[in-house]
Amino acid sequence: MSDANELTDMSDVSDESLRLDGNAAAGMLEGIFTFEVTSAHCTCAGCGRTAPLGALLLYGGEMGIVLRCPACGRAELRVARLGGPEGQYCIDMQGMKTLRAIPA
Amino acid sequence: MAGIPARLEWRRASVLRHIDETPRVKSLVLDVPGWAGHRAGQHLDVRITAEDGYQTERSYSISSAPAEPQVTLTIERLGDGEVSPYLTDVLHPGDELEVRGPIGGWFTWRPEEGGPLLLVAGGSGIAPLMAMIRQRAAVRSPAPVCLLYSSRTYNEIIFREELDRSVAADEDLMVTYTLTHSQPPGWQGYIRRIDRAMLEAVAWAPEEHPMIFVCGPTPLVESVATLCVGLGYSPERIKTERFGPTGGDI
Amino acid sequence: MSTPFVSRGFRGRRQRSDAAQRLPPGQYLVNGFPVLSAGPTPHTALEHWDFTIIGEIDEPRRWTWDDFQQLPRETVTKDIHCVTKWSKLDTMWTGVSLDTLLQGVTSSAHYILAFCDGDYTTNLPLADVTGGKAWIAYEYGGAPLAPEHGGPARLLVPHLYFWKSAKWVRGIQLLAEDEPGFWESLGYNNYGDPWKEERYAGD
Repeated sequence: MSDANELTDMSDVSDESLRLDGNAAAGMLEGIFTFEVTSAHCTCAGCGRTAPLGALLLYGGEMGIVLRCPACGRAELRVARLGGPEGQYCIDMQGMKTLRAIPA
Repeated sequence: MAGIPARLEWRRASVLRHIDETPRVKSLVLDVPGWAGHRAGQHLDVRITAEDGYQTERSYSISSAPAEPQVTLTIERLGDGEVSPYLTDVLHPGDELEVRGPIGGWFTWRPEEGGPLLLVAGGSGIAPLMAMIRQRAAVRSPAPVCLLYSSRTYNEIIFREELDRSVAADEDLMVTYTLTHSQPPGWQGYIRRIDRAMLEAVAWAPEEHPMIFVCGPTPLVESVATLCVGLGYSPERIKTERFGPTGGDI
Repeated sequence: MSTPFVSRGFRGRRQRSDAAQRLPPGQYLVNGFPVLSAGPTPHTALEHWDFTIIGEIDEPRRWTWDDFQQLPRETVTKDIHCVTKWSKLDTMWTGVSLDTLLQGVTSSAHYILAFCDGDYTTNLPLADVTGGKAWIAYEYGGAPLAPEHGGPARLLVPHLYFWKSAKWVRGIQLLAEDEPGFWESLGYNNYGDPWKEERYAGD
């Protein structure tokens, strides 16, 4: 699923084809949020669009999670894990007006 | 740590066996201790650690039905890949693999949610959708399913025999293949990428309000999702899971 | 406590290295050139591209792409180190030195904030981009810098972790006060010296 990390020769792979979505970020985010996160409704602080977190566009790779609004590209949620895989989280949600958990 | 559900922590799964699905795709059947089941559509995170401590993680969709006792991941070996060749070619039965999950709740389907279902897959994107199809069969769900499945070639259709058998046995399961790279002699099916006309010909009409799941390479997922919105399907009924690139041009 | 888990037979794509002494602590050599982006690849046409120096400056500077190509260019070979632990040795870059761009600039600033197409920013002390330590690079390995790797031009500051070498750079803002950029404001180290393993804030 996260085959985006699998390729080293990027010369014939357009960047847009590498992009994953919020589904791929769920593993890390489940260590932060106590509710199921991919179905949560996120409202963009930039353009006001609401989308499930699973539909947000994922960037950041191993630097961290950057989830962007599919409509305007604004970074709605940014998460870094400081000190490596077992480290503390730093979370920035300034780009998200609200996040509403949706019961499964 | 106390109180953390097992599914959020890394656990050591044992490799039970491999299944050769296509020349480039293998399924990996795992025994995961303490497994409490999953929902069709969910995935596992997998973590690999070298002797010098180097670690890397990937995610793979679970292709087995929740009704099955073991957990199956279906993995396409990318020639250039760092992890996929390890999983398909190096792991033996008896080896251990660190996994975390099951993960995800949006891109999931439970039979009680009903249908009809419109499933659109590209390449290895069939994996989570196969979990849905298998679960539907396991509980004899009446939800009708239309699967549109894009592959490069006939031999690269993952789960083809099982799908063909299931279609023969179930009039409410419809499967359409399209082969985009090359076709066997006598092929009567589609030979192009999924487009508006194909969806119109094959899929449930928007008035049927299908639940739509699209999975596969990012360009295919985005193209199909956009087409579905354009055809009048409700955006909130369209769920997507992007796999990034896969080995070929699907 | 159980022994740490090791995946039998896994080596990953690191190279066996005789160059270990050239690697900062905690780094691995890789084949290839991993792509890591905080956002989508911008596609600014060269006729619309410019590079500007703004902020605490006597007079803002601006160069179009054509202007930029007229500036003295340098080709440098450098080792680069990503905070995610991969390193690449002997990478070859061509571009314009920040010293060239800052020539004649009067400023009381001690810091810069590099800004880019998209919303990426990164901050550095001015002293770390002068004195032959930084370039605006538009070629990699003798060929035009590919968009995935930051083309048309990126900042190159190889003595620091590579997140400081901002892709798709469009200018630098000279500042009296330091202002954390995209990753720095999310807990990455404000400075980022690979030889001191300054990966995260507090390191």
